[in-house]
Amino acid sequence: MTAFVDIGDVTLTYRGASGKVLALQGTTLKIGRGEFAAVVGPSGCGKSSLMRLVTGLVPPDSGEIVIFGDKVKGPVKIAGMAFQNANLLPWRKVIDNVLLPLEIVEPHRGRFRQHKQEYREQARALLATVGLDGFGDRYPWELSGGMQQRASLCRALIHQPALLMLDEPFASLDAFTREELWCVLRDLWQKIGFTVILVTHDLHEAAFLADRVHVMSARPGRIVMTKEIDLPRPRNLDICFEPRFTDIVHVLREKIAGVRKL
Amino acid sequence: MNAVLEKLSPWLFTIGLFVFWEAACRILKVDRFILPAPSDAFAAMAQHWLALLRHSYVTLWTTMAGFAIAVAFGVVLGIVVGWSKTIYRGLYPVMIGFNSIPKVAVVPILIMWFGIGEVPAILTAFLISFFPIVVNVATGLATMEPELEDVLRALGARKLDIMLKVGIPRTQPYLFGSLKIAITLAFVGTIVSETVGANAGLGYLIALAGSNFQVPLVFAALILLAVEGIAMYAFFAYVEVYFTHWAFRSSISAGK
Repeated sequence: MTAFVDIGDVTLTYRGASGKVLALQGTTLKIGRGEFAAVVGPSGCGKSSLMRLVTGLVPPDSGEIVIFGDKVKGPVKIAGMAFQNANLLPWRKVIDNVLLPLEIVEPHRGRFRQHKQEYREQARALLATVGLDGFGDRYPWELSGGMQQRASLCRALIHQPALLMLDEPFASLDAFTREELWCVLRDLWQKIGFTVILVTHDLHEAAFLADRVHVMSARPGRIVMTKEIDLPRPRNLDICFEPRFTDIVHVLREKIAGVRKL
Repeated sequence: MNAVLEKLSPWLFTIGLFVFWEAACRILKVDRFILPAPSDAFAAMAQHWLALLRHSYVTLWTTMAGFAIAVAFGVVLGIVVGWSKTIYRGLYPVMIGFNSIPKVAVVPILIMWFGIGEVPAILTAFLISFFPIVVNVATGLATMEPELEDVLRALGARKLDIMLKVGIPRTQPYLFGSLKIAITLAFVGTIVSETVGANAGLGYLIALAGSNFQVPLVFAALILLAVEGIAMYAFFAYVEVYFTHWAFRSSISAGK
């Protein structure tokens, strides 16, 4: 497999409140083009550090990260990101929030003013695919948490990134909304075909969505297991109640319980 | 009924205060050179209305001039301070130190430099009122969500982009919140300066009337001062709601 994202033997320390913290050590991870990868692990294992490394926001102390043949040296510009908090700007309407990346990233940045109408149409279409048809002219605070998170996904995808980085995007939602959004994400991924790295601590979420689930150890984090999820696609929520699905979740759970004890 | 009462309550309390004051002066037979009753103050106001109007006007425009400089200077300095941690750390102690100096102590120096007149009053109003603006603007920038900064930086945004798209708009509720505080402080600054040395303004009038034992006139001037203060506060409270209505609905707000 030629890897789209290739994280090779990476070490990362950062300055915490109480001195230096070794977040990642000897972390190696390969993700293929168009693959849906999930990274799970105990809390504080450096999952978020992994996100910041891959997007080029922080350089590793040693090792290297290669994305599509190019070594990451700075912000990668081909990634969209979404986090646990939707972080929409309250003074912008939903559609203007979605359009924000286009005002920043080249080549859209230079074209944005002249082709505003065209971009707005794109944003409207994208909002419609996540079920926010007609909500573009509302303000974020008029939307529910789940709807805000849908808009946040749209913002992450509007510039058609090859790589989507998700850091526990559904963690603050209620169980029903969360399952709804799993399906939204699944459909978007199947329709557009970007590569996803989903950081989560929800094993059902990982198993339902991902092609491969990577289990990280406690800090300093490294990948201790990679589990292929060989469930057929398209998957629907019913699969979560089948034995082969719960078996997978069981295996993942045991592994995490094991690394937590260490 | 309750809603009506709630709307009227500021007026009722104000009128009640004056009634209480009037009654206390009459019942206790307080000498009008010690504490004049409101009726005396209002009588003085009617008698000296032209002088009061002229001096009120001077105080109002010097305050507004000083305040305007404070807003311009405060916003720029606030952005500079909020821009980087290093500048923030370096400048903060200096600003705290400066803010701790009572501005009364500075007025004689200003008078020495610029002479008796409006300039020291404008400068005192400016010096006393810029500080909360700087602090609020800097706080608004410094409390930006790190994830949002990550989202934009990962797209190749420069610091300037992040400031223009997120930092500065986000600072608006903090800025407008601070204007209410700053305008009242600016009034204090102007009056302090006018009392120490000026030839016009309500502060000057208060000092002059006081030395002539025209105590009702002093109180008339004080009441006008309070009215000006309330009017300016109300104006900026309205401006705040008008420009940052979104902040009252979302999780970001200056009060947080």
